[in-house]
Amino acid sequence: MEVPILKQGRFLIATIQAALSDADLLQLRRALIDQVIRFRSRGVIVDVTALDVMDSFATRTLRDITNVIRLRGADTVIVGIQPEVAFAMVQLGLTMEGVATALDLEEGLAHLQQRAARNT
Amino acid sequence: MPVSQDILVSIRSDVDIVVARQKGRAMAADIGFSATDATLIATAISELARNILMYAQTGEVMTRRVETAQSKGILIVAHDNGPGIRSIPDVLRDGYSTSGGLGLGLPGVRRLMDEFTIESELRRGTTVTVRKWLK
Repeated sequence: MEVPILKQGRFLIATIQAALSDADLLQLRRALIDQVIRFRSRGVIVDVTALDVMDSFATRTLRDITNVIRLRGADTVIVGIQPEVAFAMVQLGLTMEGVATALDLEEGLAHLQQRAARNT
Repeated sequence: MPVSQDILVSIRSDVDIVVARQKGRAMAADIGFSATDATLIATAISELARNILMYAQTGEVMTRRVETAQSKGILIVAHDNGPGIRSIPDVLRDGYSTSGGLGLGLPGVRRLMDEFTIESELRRGTTVTVRKWLK
């Protein structure tokens, strides 16, 4: 289940469409990092609305993606974490420290645009 | 309790983790758990199945509907014939991990569920049994 990545100007938008296996998550990490480098992207949005569960592996992979992309000087925003998924993450003890999150795609884009405006 | 209601998923690859948690979620919803509780249950199954894959490579996750005079609930048994756990108190401590991995698994699963038991024997394997009750 490959995650489609859409290039929108200097931003990339990855929209997860269904539950992902560990291998799918690692493939997403590879693809996003490749494309950030290739397109010199300024920001990345990962839309996780369709993710059924954010367990320790998914959380760690999203954190890794954010950290690598930050080293490239770009920002990542995770959008669409469902309320029940967020609740389960907190119970499990998972945090997304240092990772920007937003309610939905629109707010995620607004966040990236603000950051880009501040940096120019 | 008819045995045919048990759902057994063999854990051999990362795809099986997704299958196990999706089947568990479907059963939880069927029993009457809320979307939030079904997600907690699916998340617990995901972590238990991942432990099997990480430490024992193969094993199985069994999900069963349980009923007492007072309540209905779900029972999940994650079993493997892997290396076993040397010190159970250690793995139940937050932040402990032997694989250099995540160190969250079991204490987190314990918080997600109502009942939690673990049995393990070195070189024999590990069985984690958890329950959650409808409230």
